[in-house]
Amino acid sequence: MAGLTPSQTLGPFFDFGLLIPDGEVVADAAATGRRITIEGVIRDGAGVPLPDALIEIWQADSSGTYRHPADPNHASSDRGVNGFGRVATDDEGRFAFQTVMPGRVPGPDGKAQAPHIAVGVLARGLLTRLVTRMYFDGEPSNGEDAVLSLVPAPRRGTLLATRIDGDRYRFDIALQGPGETVFFDV
Amino acid sequence: MRDVVTRMTYRKPPEGTHPPNDSPGYKSTALRHPKQPLIVIPQTLTELTGPMYPYGRIDTSDSDLTRQHAGEPQGERIIVQGRVLDDNGRPIPNTLVEIWQANAAGRYTHRVDQHQAPLDPNFSGAGRTVTDADGRYRFTTIRPGAYPWRNHDNAWRPAHIHFSLFGSSFLSRLITQMYFPGDPLMPFDPIFNSIPDERARQRLIADFDLDVTKPEWALGFTFDIVLRGPDGTPMET
Repeated sequence: MAGLTPSQTLGPFFDFGLLIPDGEVVADAAATGRRITIEGVIRDGAGVPLPDALIEIWQADSSGTYRHPADPNHASSDRGVNGFGRVATDDEGRFAFQTVMPGRVPGPDGKAQAPHIAVGVLARGLLTRLVTRMYFDGEPSNGEDAVLSLVPAPRRGTLLATRIDGDRYRFDIALQGPGETVFFDV
Repeated sequence: MRDVVTRMTYRKPPEGTHPPNDSPGYKSTALRHPKQPLIVIPQTLTELTGPMYPYGRIDTSDSDLTRQHAGEPQGERIIVQGRVLDDNGRPIPNTLVEIWQANAAGRYTHRVDQHQAPLDPNFSGAGRTVTDADGRYRFTTIRPGAYPWRNHDNAWRPAHIHFSLFGSSFLSRLITQMYFPGDPLMPFDPIFNSIPDERARQRLIADFDLDVTKPEWALGFTFDIVLRGPDGTPMET
């Protein structure tokens, strides 16, 4: 067994190396499903927005299929859904993605998981990537989701994107302090 | 719904391999590390999949940072190459490797970098490539300079190249930094020394490699990278 390479912070000066064209477009105009936008702000323990964070997301298409060979159905995944998004925050700590509502994917208990998006957070001052999930407020299947049920009820709200209006959702991230986002060890 | 799927799991990283986000020596961690414990969750299809090849076309100049402008950059030309493997020792082919770095004077081409050192019009400092069938990658670049930062009095970062890798799933994603052998700044650097395990820390130091060094042209360094991989034990889910 080979020894893992340790993690290090990405530092403050990454955007010229890591920003990609259309990094906010997770699903393009050809994708099937309900088109949504996700917008949010990431803040530190003093409530100050992070102008130097990188947010990455990963999701299934609207039928719950991942574009990856570990998904038995990947050959039929929606070609309009790249599934991956990567954006840097702006000076006010804001980020945004354009995508489609993900479908339900198989869970560890044999039950389908509630629609969700995997989120990775990287920043100056973070030595190791933080991992969380975004669920959708009001989605009826949230109550039976195997992962969400592992989160103490008072903190589950930190994982819920809330509807602003129409197809716009808001998902804020708090690294520390009141309303600290739930992060995972997976 | 699909039938039960048989799939692999990924081992957890050994204790001490990755730095704790609460690392007081590195001051910016103070307000940015979660204080609540991480919640352990199972590895589902969400985590066992991931972006395979996140974007676009790769040009050959993307892996040669000395040929991205009309002229040649200032500084010491180097070759940095190695293999990307999983923790079973298996090569990871066709995976994206991204790098970014300061120029020879220790200055980044970034609007926020205020270090009083010259920018180089012939050096941007960003590269990317994809590993071959044996997991190999190779960059030609310029040895980056050390630069000051404001973490503590007279603080200097050792010379380093930032690396970004995806590997085989969302779980194998890694951002790290490669250091150079013999750099006298390393004992003083709270970022490098945030890694608790001494042997793990040493894995971030590239080896000078005479076999990679090209006569009359460039010094060669080898830096192998090991990412989390499936541990080979199928799991009924």
